[in-house]
Amino acid sequence: MLYREAGDFKTSYADDNQTFPIRFDRWRYYAVLAIAFGVIPFIINDYWVNAVFLPFLIYAIAAIGLNILVGYCGQVSLGTGGFMAVGAYACYKLMTAFPDISIFIHVILAGGVTAGVGILFGLPSLRIKGFYLAVATLAAQFFLVWLFNRVPWFYNYSASGQISAPERSVFGIKVTGPETEAWATYLFCAIFVFLVAWLARNLTRGTVGRKWMAIRDMDIAAEIIGVNPLTAKLSAFAVSSFFIGIAGALFFSVYLGAVEVGEAFGINKSFLVLFMVIIGGLGSIFGSFAGAAFLVLLPVLLKNILVGGLGWPTDLAAHLEFMIVGALIIIFLIAEPHGLAQLWRVAKEKLRLWPFPH
Amino acid sequence: MRKTLATLALGAVMAAAPAMAEITMSALSYRTGPYAANGIPFADGYADYFTLLNERDGGIGGEMINLVECETGYNTEKGVECYESTKGEGVLVYQPLSTGITYQLIPKATADGIPIHSMGYGRTSAKNGAVFPWVFNYPANYWDGASHAITHISEQESGDLNGKKIALVYHNSAYGKEPIRTLEELGKKHGYELLLLPVDHPGQEQKSQWLQVRQQRPDYVIMWGWGVMNQVAIQEAVNIRFPMDKFIGIWWSGSENDVLPAGDGADGYKALTFHNLGMDYPLYDDLKTHVVDKGLAAGAGDQLGTALYNRGMYAAMLAAEAIKTAQEMSGESQITPAQMRDGMENLEITEAKMEALGLPNFGPEFKVSCENHGGDGYGAVAQWDAGAGEWSLITDYYQSDQEVIGPLVEEDSSAYAAEAGIEAGCM
Repeated sequence: MLYREAGDFKTSYADDNQTFPIRFDRWRYYAVLAIAFGVIPFIINDYWVNAVFLPFLIYAIAAIGLNILVGYCGQVSLGTGGFMAVGAYACYKLMTAFPDISIFIHVILAGGVTAGVGILFGLPSLRIKGFYLAVATLAAQFFLVWLFNRVPWFYNYSASGQISAPERSVFGIKVTGPETEAWATYLFCAIFVFLVAWLARNLTRGTVGRKWMAIRDMDIAAEIIGVNPLTAKLSAFAVSSFFIGIAGALFFSVYLGAVEVGEAFGINKSFLVLFMVIIGGLGSIFGSFAGAAFLVLLPVLLKNILVGGLGWPTDLAAHLEFMIVGALIIIFLIAEPHGLAQLWRVAKEKLRLWPFPH
Repeated sequence: MRKTLATLALGAVMAAAPAMAEITMSALSYRTGPYAANGIPFADGYADYFTLLNERDGGIGGEMINLVECETGYNTEKGVECYESTKGEGVLVYQPLSTGITYQLIPKATADGIPIHSMGYGRTSAKNGAVFPWVFNYPANYWDGASHAITHISEQESGDLNGKKIALVYHNSAYGKEPIRTLEELGKKHGYELLLLPVDHPGQEQKSQWLQVRQQRPDYVIMWGWGVMNQVAIQEAVNIRFPMDKFIGIWWSGSENDVLPAGDGADGYKALTFHNLGMDYPLYDDLKTHVVDKGLAAGAGDQLGTALYNRGMYAAMLAAEAIKTAQEMSGESQITPAQMRDGMENLEITEAKMEALGLPNFGPEFKVSCENHGGDGYGAVAQWDAGAGEWSLITDYYQSDQEVIGPLVEEDSSAYAAEAGIEAGCM
């Protein structure tokens, strides 16, 4: 009814090529932005920001990053945790070495450092593919975690090997450290999410993204039509790692405030982000958000319902949580192997014609 | 984003805070995950002690205790969620039973004005209450533990450790790395050589570490392990026939769960402790009448008398005593986290107090003060008797080497103060 194309005429190429060609979609997008930036910051409290929004936003960035590599370029990676660790430790070293520079710049630079590391570990992708590449990136995961545990320079020789974020600010507003306001940390991460999602969406619509997708669909054919696999694959690794590095930097500095590399950035993190991408939908920005929401928010929601609402024992609830989330993953993937994004796409197709499908 | 907003409505269920007409305590416990075997007895002991106080005495000072349990799975992200979801309910003190989560909470809880009690874990230099006014780690900390182990070894070797080789098998995390500095300093003093053998989380694979033990032949092995890592390490030590009486675990590596899987081979294994073991105390009679027989025991109710159950009970007992102290100081029964902090800082545990509670000779006597949030560093060594299936203390409580630890605490806490921009001073 609301969601239809009839009467929505496009009179220029720019109109035709816009990200949200349907008017209702466009308005919905503006509404989400308005709520995210205009409403939530005013009503958010400590619980919502630390338990719900920060993990969701940060994992969404990581999922977008990994989606570029796996979903758009077809290079399977299990090194996400390691790359997030690079972002976190780069951010920590920069924060402590240059305390006067805005944390905003540090986070971007941390992403840049991660991009460099990502290119380095992306080199094997030129020779190996598929599962074998996954194993090569797995090596990156273990090597990086080992490195940050082993070399004291990375954690500034602290006795415990932990890194803790000192207090840093943007335009005089504290965004790291214990004394932050809920809205400040939320907005800081939301801005990064917006920038990353916008950049990713536009990259994947343009030449660069089309090259990635050509490589993904059939690399030999792509090479024949003139796509350079070296630049295409390495640029995918660079952009993907850049985003993942930003996610790692925010994860450490804004969200947790203190991390231990083995616990926070272990192999589990790599799998978690990969599952977000798979459940959300490969090759979809919306899918990255949906996947992150599914795996971050559902456990919190279930916990609140089972323990807070029904008053069940915590261990029973924790076990049930695993079972419910696991069962839902299987159900979703059986119902729609292409993830939540595809479900959403199908729903939109139906809605366009509704209520007269013929 | 849309999804998030959809959950807003459902999540509002949890926003309903309970009435404030009672004392709220929290237990950031873990009954699931790779550390559950150790997390469950501690959580049960902690909960049962408060249930006992509610059932027998009607709470503390007439106020019923509302224990809010939250499952962390030993995971820092869940720990943050737990902290944020419970802090609004007026929780008096946090005891996260995880060094990682403790590190996380130290700045947050300090900013929010809620005390943390990391009993025998967490950041050791929090002993210096002038820098860490909201953090307590009495009655003993990791550096005390390191010193206890070395003192015990030195006694075994009749006082001479020159040229000896001591290996530290540790959980490769903030927790396991805590004792390294102290062991190095003590090595300079006593002249032993330290061999470091890190084990990565969760510690199920330790073949290479124990191969190194076989190659390097250390005279003693000290272990800083937790969860499944303990069982595996003890089994591996049995496999390479390492003499068990020369294998000493920290207090977190000394529960029944850790030694039972290795069977008779674990006989003679030693572990440090800062409280007594077994269930031969008058308090256990009360526990039986008021908690177990009424079917109110936490969990499966099968952990009574285990080492970690006793430790959880001890943690609850110290918290309850601090609440009593705070109630006396403020003259109110309904205390705030700030008053709780004052109570903890003025806590004094004497033999008479413990005897009155039905726990005679259960732990060392100590007194907390602003300069000393960590107690006096008394501990003892326990040994496992596989035949009888029980731990028994083989030494008296003895003090750690304050001469070495004092300066280390001073150094580390002032480094933290400089880094975090804290003006040291008593509140």
